[in-house]
Amino acid sequence: MIVVVCVVTFSTPSTFGCRSKLLYSLFFRKNLTACTNILLQRSRSLTMAEPKTKYDRQLRIWGEQGQSALEKASICLLNCGPTGSETLKNLVLGGIGSITVVDGSKVEIGDLGNNFMVSESSLGQPKAKCVCAFLQELNDAVKAKFIEEHPVTLIETNPSFFSQFTVVIATQLVEDSMVKLDRICRDANVMLIFARSYGLTGFVRISVKEHSVVESKPDHFLDDLRLNNPWPELKKFTESIDLDTKDRVAHKHTPYILILVKMANEWAKSHNGKLPTTREEKKEFKDLIKAKSVEPDEDNYKEAIEASFKVFAPQGISSNLKRILDDSCAEVDSSSSDFWVMVAALKEFIANEGGGEAPLEGSIPDMTSSTELYINLQKLYQAKAEADFLVVEQRVKDILKKIGRDPFSIPKSVIKSFCKNARKLTVCRYKPVEEEFNSPILPEMQKYLTDEEYSLAVGFYILLRAVDRFSANYNTFPGQFDGAMDEDISRLKTTAVSLLTDLGCNGSTLTEDLINEMCRYGAAELHAVAAYVGGVASQEVIKLITRQFVPMIGTFIFNGIDHKSQLLSL
Amino acid sequence: MVLSNSPITFWAGYAKFKSNIRPSSRVSPPPSGPLPSVPIAVGCRSLVFELQHTVQLRSSVPPMADASAQQSSRSRDLDKLLLRPGHLVGPAFEPGTELRDDLQEYARILVVGAGGLGCELLKDLALSGFRNLEVIDMDRIEVSNLNRQFLFRLEDVGKPKAEVAAKRVMERVSGVNIVPHFCRIEEKELEFYSEFSIIVLGLDSIEARSYINAVACGFLEYDNNDNPREETMKPMVDGGTEGFKGHARVILPGTTPCFECTIWLFPPQVKFPLCTLAETPRTAAHCIEYAHLIKWDEAHIGKTFDPDNPEHMQWVYSEAAKRAELFGIPGVTYTLTQGVVKNIIPAIASTNAIISAACALETLKIASGCSKTLSNYLTYNGVEGLHTKVTEFVRDKDCLVCGPGIFIELDTSVTLKMFIDQLEDHPKLLMSGASVSYRGKNLYLKAPPVLEEMTRSNLSIPLLNLMDKSPNGIVHVTGTAGKGDKRQSCSRKLRVSFKGVGGITDTDMAGGA
Repeated sequence: MIVVVCVVTFSTPSTFGCRSKLLYSLFFRKNLTACTNILLQRSRSLTMAEPKTKYDRQLRIWGEQGQSALEKASICLLNCGPTGSETLKNLVLGGIGSITVVDGSKVEIGDLGNNFMVSESSLGQPKAKCVCAFLQELNDAVKAKFIEEHPVTLIETNPSFFSQFTVVIATQLVEDSMVKLDRICRDANVMLIFARSYGLTGFVRISVKEHSVVESKPDHFLDDLRLNNPWPELKKFTESIDLDTKDRVAHKHTPYILILVKMANEWAKSHNGKLPTTREEKKEFKDLIKAKSVEPDEDNYKEAIEASFKVFAPQGISSNLKRILDDSCAEVDSSSSDFWVMVAALKEFIANEGGGEAPLEGSIPDMTSSTELYINLQKLYQAKAEADFLVVEQRVKDILKKIGRDPFSIPKSVIKSFCKNARKLTVCRYKPVEEEFNSPILPEMQKYLTDEEYSLAVGFYILLRAVDRFSANYNTFPGQFDGAMDEDISRLKTTAVSLLTDLGCNGSTLTEDLINEMCRYGAAELHAVAAYVGGVASQEVIKLITRQFVPMIGTFIFNGIDHKSQLLSL
Repeated sequence: MVLSNSPITFWAGYAKFKSNIRPSSRVSPPPSGPLPSVPIAVGCRSLVFELQHTVQLRSSVPPMADASAQQSSRSRDLDKLLLRPGHLVGPAFEPGTELRDDLQEYARILVVGAGGLGCELLKDLALSGFRNLEVIDMDRIEVSNLNRQFLFRLEDVGKPKAEVAAKRVMERVSGVNIVPHFCRIEEKELEFYSEFSIIVLGLDSIEARSYINAVACGFLEYDNNDNPREETMKPMVDGGTEGFKGHARVILPGTTPCFECTIWLFPPQVKFPLCTLAETPRTAAHCIEYAHLIKWDEAHIGKTFDPDNPEHMQWVYSEAAKRAELFGIPGVTYTLTQGVVKNIIPAIASTNAIISAACALETLKIASGCSKTLSNYLTYNGVEGLHTKVTEFVRDKDCLVCGPGIFIELDTSVTLKMFIDQLEDHPKLLMSGASVSYRGKNLYLKAPPVLEEMTRSNLSIPLLNLMDKSPNGIVHVTGTAGKGDKRQSCSRKLRVSFKGVGGITDTDMAGGA
C-alpha cells in the first residue's frame, strides 16, 4: 500500500515549517490554470535557469506576476540602522528592482554591535555606503545605490526626491518628520511604510491612500460551489445522476457536489422551497445523506456529510463585498482606476445576470469521484465561470466607453482574474498619520486602554509617541544617558500624561513599570527587535508591491516583553 | 509571570549539574574551528566569583564605568537592556557588566539547522551578546536557498551550509566564535548536546524536532516527589515557517510542554489512496504521484528515483503530463512536479527573519532574565492582514518524553517476569501483557511470536542485570491497561529504582531518547 499524503490546512495556533509530506495545498490551487508547454519551459530554463531556481521557493507563493512586480519596484530606505538594513535585506534577497539607501551618519563602534551590514573595516565610513555594499553582495540582480544625506534634510529641502520611488521605507523617524514625509508621499502617490525599533518595542505603520487587492489569497475561504443555488446546467447535470444506482462502483464514485445538489433539491421540494436552517433540520439532512450510503465506508458520502454546511451557507454576496460595491468610488468617472471600473461592472452583473451572486469562481476542490464525473463537473464549473466573465467583460467595456475611455484599455487577463477573485476583493485605506496623531479614534483608544490583552501594546503606543515629544523638548531620548535616569522617568511620565490629555483620554494613566521600562530602553536599537520589526515591514512591502495578500491595517505595535503584539486601529 | 521557575536558575543550575557530573566531557575535538574550551564551569554565574582565572578574563574587558565609554562601546544598545534594572523582567535578573560578560564567556548556544532560520539565528544571536555558538546541519547549499539564506552566495553552492554560515558570521562579527558541525543530528553523542546552555531549533521536519526534543528532555531528572530538578533542564527555543506564516515557541522541559506534549498540533496527514492514483486520478498531483511512485518503479527496475537528478524529475514530469492528457486533467507543470515530488514548502526571507528574531530574543531572555519569557507559543500569520497570537499550552503530565514517569522501587532479585507481573497489580498501571524496553533495547516483546520467542529467555533474568546493574533508570512498557470495557493499549514511562544499590540519585541520561 502506498501512502501518499496531501493537503494539510493549518488552523491557528499551529506548527509551521514541517516537511510532513506534501504541504502544498495552497500551491495546487494556484497552479491549476498554468499551462504546460515543454518547449517553452526548456527554452526559458536555458536563459533564466538561475533566477527561476533561485526564486523557486517564493515563486510558489506569488508567482511570476508577483515576482515581476517586485523586479520593477524601486525602494527608498530612510536610515540604515539595523531596522532599515534588515528590512531591505529581505527585499534584496527576493529580487527587488532597485534600492536607494539614504543615511547621513558615519559608522560608529556601537553600530557594530547591532547591525550585521557594517563591520570593523566600516568604522568612520558613511553608513549608507557600507550597508549598500553589503546588500549588493546579496543579489547582483538588484540595482543598489546610496545617498549620504540625513533623511530629515531631504524631507525638509527636497520633497520631490521621493516621487521617483514605488515605496518609501522610513525607519527610525520621529513624529514630526513622519507627518511631513507622509504628506509628501501622499501627494506624489508613493506608497509609504514606517518602521521603528525602540528597546523591546517598536511599530510598523503603512500609509497609503488606497490599496486594492484582487488576489487576496485568503487561507480559509468557502469555495463557490452553488450547491444551494445551482445554475440550470448544473441542475440538469445532477438530474442525469441516479443516487440509488445499483452499480456499487458508480455509487461510491459519485462526487459530493452531485449528492448535495440533489439532496438539497429534494429537501426544498418537501419543505416549501426552503433549505435546512435549524439544528434539527440540519441533522435530519445529514441523516438523509447517511441513509443514502449503501456501504459503511463510502468516502464520497462521508465527504458529503462533512461538506453539508456548504448547503446551509447563505446565498448571495458577503457583507465585505457589499461594502465595496456600495463605496462611493464605485460611481465611476473618467478619473476612476481600473479597479473601480471593474467594481462598477461587477455591481451591475450582480444586480442583473448574476441574480445576486458574484461571477462563479470556476474551480472545484478535489473530492472522491470517478475521473469522468470529476472532469465533467470541472468543465461545467469552468464553462459557467467563462460565461460570467464574458458578461462582466462586456459591462467593463460599456462602462469604459461611457466614461470616455478606450473600451479595450483593461486587458482580458486582468478582468478574468478580477472575476475569479470577485468574492475576495479587498480595499485597504490608511488615514494620514497626522490625523491619527492629532485625533485618533477615541472609543478605540479607550477600549485598548482598558483591555488587559492590549495593555502593554497601547502603553507602548503612547510611550513611543511620548519619547518623540520628550526628544523635541529635551534634545535627547529618555534614558539615553545613564546619569539622568530618575529625572528622565519623571519627565517622561509628565510628557505621557499630557499626551494622553491632548488625545482626550483624560484620567487614563500608564503604569510606572512601563514608564520605567521605556526609560531603561534609552532609545536602544536591539538587533533582534530590529530584525523582527524589519521582517514585518518587508513582508508588508512585498504584499503592497505584488498586490497579493492583504496588508495589515492599523498600527502594529511590537511587544517584545511577552510577544502579545497588537494591531491598533486608530 | 506564569513560570514558577526563574529562567536564570535553569542556566546557573545547569552549570552545577555540569560541574558535578563531567568537568571536561568532550569526547573528541570538533572537526574544525577553535573551540573555546572553558575548563570547568559553563555558564554558572555563582561560580564565576570562585574561579581565579575568570577574574582575569573579565579584567580584559574594558571597564564601562562612565556614560561616554558606554556610548562608544560595541554593546552600546544591548547594554541598556543588560546593565540597567527593570520591573518587567525575569525573576532572577541581575543586571550589570558581569551579566553581559558572562553571557559572552559562558553561555553556549547550539543552533540546529543552518537553513532559512539557522542563518538568521546565527546572525541574531551573534548580535545579541552571545559569543559561543555552534551550528549543526547535514545539508549542502543549493541555488534555491539563495532567496532567503542570506549568508550564502552563488559560488557557495555545493558547500556545507553549517561551515559557510559559521565562517560568514565570524567574518562580520568580531569576537564571536561559531563551531560548525556538518553532519546528521543523530551522529552526535548525547554528551555533545548536554554541553549547551540552550538549544535553538531552526528545522523543517517533525522527525528532527522530535529527536532533539527527546535528547534535551532526556537530560531532565525528577526528584522523588515528581518535581523536575531545575539544574537538569535544557531549554529549547523552536521556530518554523511556511510562506507568510510561522511559529516560535519556548520549551522548558518539565515546566512548559515539550514538542511531544503538543504533537497533536500537527494536523493528521491526509493520504492519496493507491486506487485514486491508479484508477481515478482527478488532479495534477494525482498524475504526478502516479508517475513518481508507480510508473517509475515499473520502468526502472532496481534504479532508485533521485529527486535531485534533473533527468529523473523530467521523466516523472513527462509521464505525469502524458497521464494528465489521457484523463483530460489540467495543471501538470514542471514546477508543480518538483513541488509534489520533493514536497517543497514555500519559503521567504521576511518570515524567516521575523521568526528567527523572536527565537533569538527569547534565547537572550532565558539566558539573561532581562525580560519575561514567551509563554509559550507564538504564531504569526501575515496572509490576511497581520495576526500574532500567544497561546499558553499545557504539559501532558503523562508525556512519555518529558513526563516524570511512574516511580517503581524494586528488590534487586526481581526478574523481568516478576516485574511484568507486578505491572498488572500496580494501582497506577493495571497493565497486562506488557512488552518492556530499556534504553531503546527490547527486553521482552509480547508479540509477534517470533520476537516473543527471541526475548523469552530474558524473563528469568533479574531486571537489575538487564539494566546493566544500573541502580535506577527509565523503562518503557507497552501493554493493555484499564478495567473492563475501557481496556486499551497504552505506553508508559517508568522510573525504576532498586533498593539498596549504589548511593547516587537517579541520573538516567537516556530517559526519553
